[in-house]
Amino acid sequence: MAIHRHDNHKSANAVMEWVDKRFPATKVWNEHLAEYMAAKNFNFWYFFGSLAILMLVLQLATGIFLTMHYKPDAELAFASVEYIMRDVPFGWLVRYLHSTGASMFFVVVYLHMFRGVIYGSHREPRELVWLIGCVIFVALMAEAFMGYLLPWGNMSYWGAQVILSLFDVIPYVGPALTEWIRGDFVISDATLNRFFAFHVILLPLILVALVFLHLVALHQVGSNNPDGIEIYDHVDEDGKPLDGIAFFPYIVVKDLIGVAGFLIIYLGNVFFWPDGGGVLLEKDNFAPANSLQTPPDIVPLWYFTPFYSILRASTTSLLFALEIITGLIVLWLWIRAKVSIKAKIGFTLLAIGVFLGLLFGSGKAWGVILMAAAIVCFFLLPWLDRSPVYSIRYRSLPFKIALVLFLAAFFILGYLGMNSPTPGRTLLAQICTVAYFAFFALMPWFTSIGKTKPEPSRVVYEAH
Amino acid sequence: MKKLSLLVVALVSAAVIGSSAFAAGGHGAVVDQVHMNMSDKASLQNGAKIFVNYCLSCHSAQYSRYNRVAKDLDIPLWQLKENLMFTTEKEGDLMKTTMPAENAKAWFGVAPPDLSLVARVRSPDWIYTYLRAFYIDESSPSGWNNSLFENVAMPHAMYELQGVQKIVGKVDADSHGAIDAHASSDAVGDHKVVGDTIFELSHPGKLTPVEFDKSMTDLTTFLSYMAEPAQLQRKTIGVYTIAFLIILLILCILLKKEYWRDVH
Repeated sequence: MAIHRHDNHKSANAVMEWVDKRFPATKVWNEHLAEYMAAKNFNFWYFFGSLAILMLVLQLATGIFLTMHYKPDAELAFASVEYIMRDVPFGWLVRYLHSTGASMFFVVVYLHMFRGVIYGSHREPRELVWLIGCVIFVALMAEAFMGYLLPWGNMSYWGAQVILSLFDVIPYVGPALTEWIRGDFVISDATLNRFFAFHVILLPLILVALVFLHLVALHQVGSNNPDGIEIYDHVDEDGKPLDGIAFFPYIVVKDLIGVAGFLIIYLGNVFFWPDGGGVLLEKDNFAPANSLQTPPDIVPLWYFTPFYSILRASTTSLLFALEIITGLIVLWLWIRAKVSIKAKIGFTLLAIGVFLGLLFGSGKAWGVILMAAAIVCFFLLPWLDRSPVYSIRYRSLPFKIALVLFLAAFFILGYLGMNSPTPGRTLLAQICTVAYFAFFALMPWFTSIGKTKPEPSRVVYEAH
Repeated sequence: MKKLSLLVVALVSAAVIGSSAFAAGGHGAVVDQVHMNMSDKASLQNGAKIFVNYCLSCHSAQYSRYNRVAKDLDIPLWQLKENLMFTTEKEGDLMKTTMPAENAKAWFGVAPPDLSLVARVRSPDWIYTYLRAFYIDESSPSGWNNSLFENVAMPHAMYELQGVQKIVGKVDADSHGAIDAHASSDAVGDHKVVGDTIFELSHPGKLTPVEFDKSMTDLTTFLSYMAEPAQLQRKTIGVYTIAFLIILLILCILLKKEYWRDVH
């Protein structure tokens, strides 16, 4: 490929030839960038993948500088963060980049996931891309949770106390397990030290490895596009997709627009609104950890609040509602469903088990189960979605309605999780919890009904 | 897709408004709004003066350094040493109180909290209201009480400035409009409204009510500065950064257009 340029770049080529004999540098560059083909019609939703990588790199970079000045010690941690904020040159900037960065990372990842759902990026053949992505999401939540303890503010302390005590509900081993994780009977210096180790070494390593696997899996099957159709169905004589374009430089220069636009929002927040009105940096976290003074409302950061709301919504009345729903499902199964008698009996036995669990289990235990289930639901998406088309552009009306209802439930749960509960709010959270799970449970049904629009054979793209 | 996006926006707004309706009757205390000006060096300097004279005897600002305050507030070092440094000789020292914490606990029942970050833990409005809400109360151990923070252990440290306030009554919860009308520093006859409480000045202090409110605004401004000293430079750097990024965005758009010119 480089033969005609040989004269101009003789020495450079000699170096590359030397390297390529020993390491597949040119091969990797071509396969994954210069000759990796992506659809021409990527829109702004496709910015969030590269932005997530940008955020990962920025968090690693700012994290390294914070680690140089931070002291993982219950006696010193809080003061060391204030030392970074006041005495370290531009320490405040690095700290805000990291604290606001955590929230921006979640914004980007949530939008990236939503992009997958609306364009069918989780569907065959990209199930593994989606699954690895879900594992990244869980690892990111663990990373954020542990990082939040490190400033050793009072909300750090009590947030960790509340979330770790959730392990108590596991039968028999729960309390011992919680104690083992904390390394003490309460959140203490031991907990802070191990969370520091996990936050700065273990989870970043896992995240980087998972992101690598995510990209390997993606490049095996190719990127999806806003039309949700396969670009390799129409190729030229060289086997290149007619609607594809090389990732480098075309998609890269496009993504740079996303980067610049995103940095305006991100750095705008860092410089002009670093505490985000108490949402990005909570007021109670400006007071040092105090085991004797519980904050009036213990709330996690916003990106956890939809799941936290589901946890809190689990009261006796929600369990009662779930018992009724379980009963109704069994009734429907025997009267209307067209499945084998074996399946009916099997499911009924399962339902009886769940029913007894709901009847005798505690609200707290079910809250933990529901919160975990709310995250597990995302993993199942490739197999719950039965729509004949991938993209929202061609999906049926029932899917669109269900998606809007799900989004509304997700946002309301997120909002409620940031605020102290009242009876009215708990009821609303319970309704939204049911709506949240109904979206996944009913997905095989609502994705297979309604009239879909015909998919085009080539992607919709207008040059401009 | 556009219709869907619009629907999402509409639903989310409805959801937020709807769930706020559930929240009617929240637990926030009534506070007065403070009008701070972070670029007013005179106001910050006066706040620093009040802080070291009236607060630092009991409260620390243990994350803040004297020379940093002097530098940020344009106070010459000689003036800092002569007029502001009462607890130490070294200008690079942290602003720690000389009162031992154990004694403080014995005297007040609770150690006075560190004030470095108080403006971020509470809020400037809360501090401004709290500082003006002390009143005489024979039944409390110190003889003082505070209408915003009932039974607080802290006595009225600045009574010589403000004078002695007596509680007259509470503002009717139904007439919220009336609070707004009175909440500014205007004394209504001899009466003055702070937060949701009406006070009467039974003994005047060194300062008039208007002067005292101004001093408390200065002190609140200083405490807000001290909670985040970087805020003075943060916004300036931010303006340049965002300006650069806007140019970068325009260049990126042009670069993309150039590369994609021949893509059909």
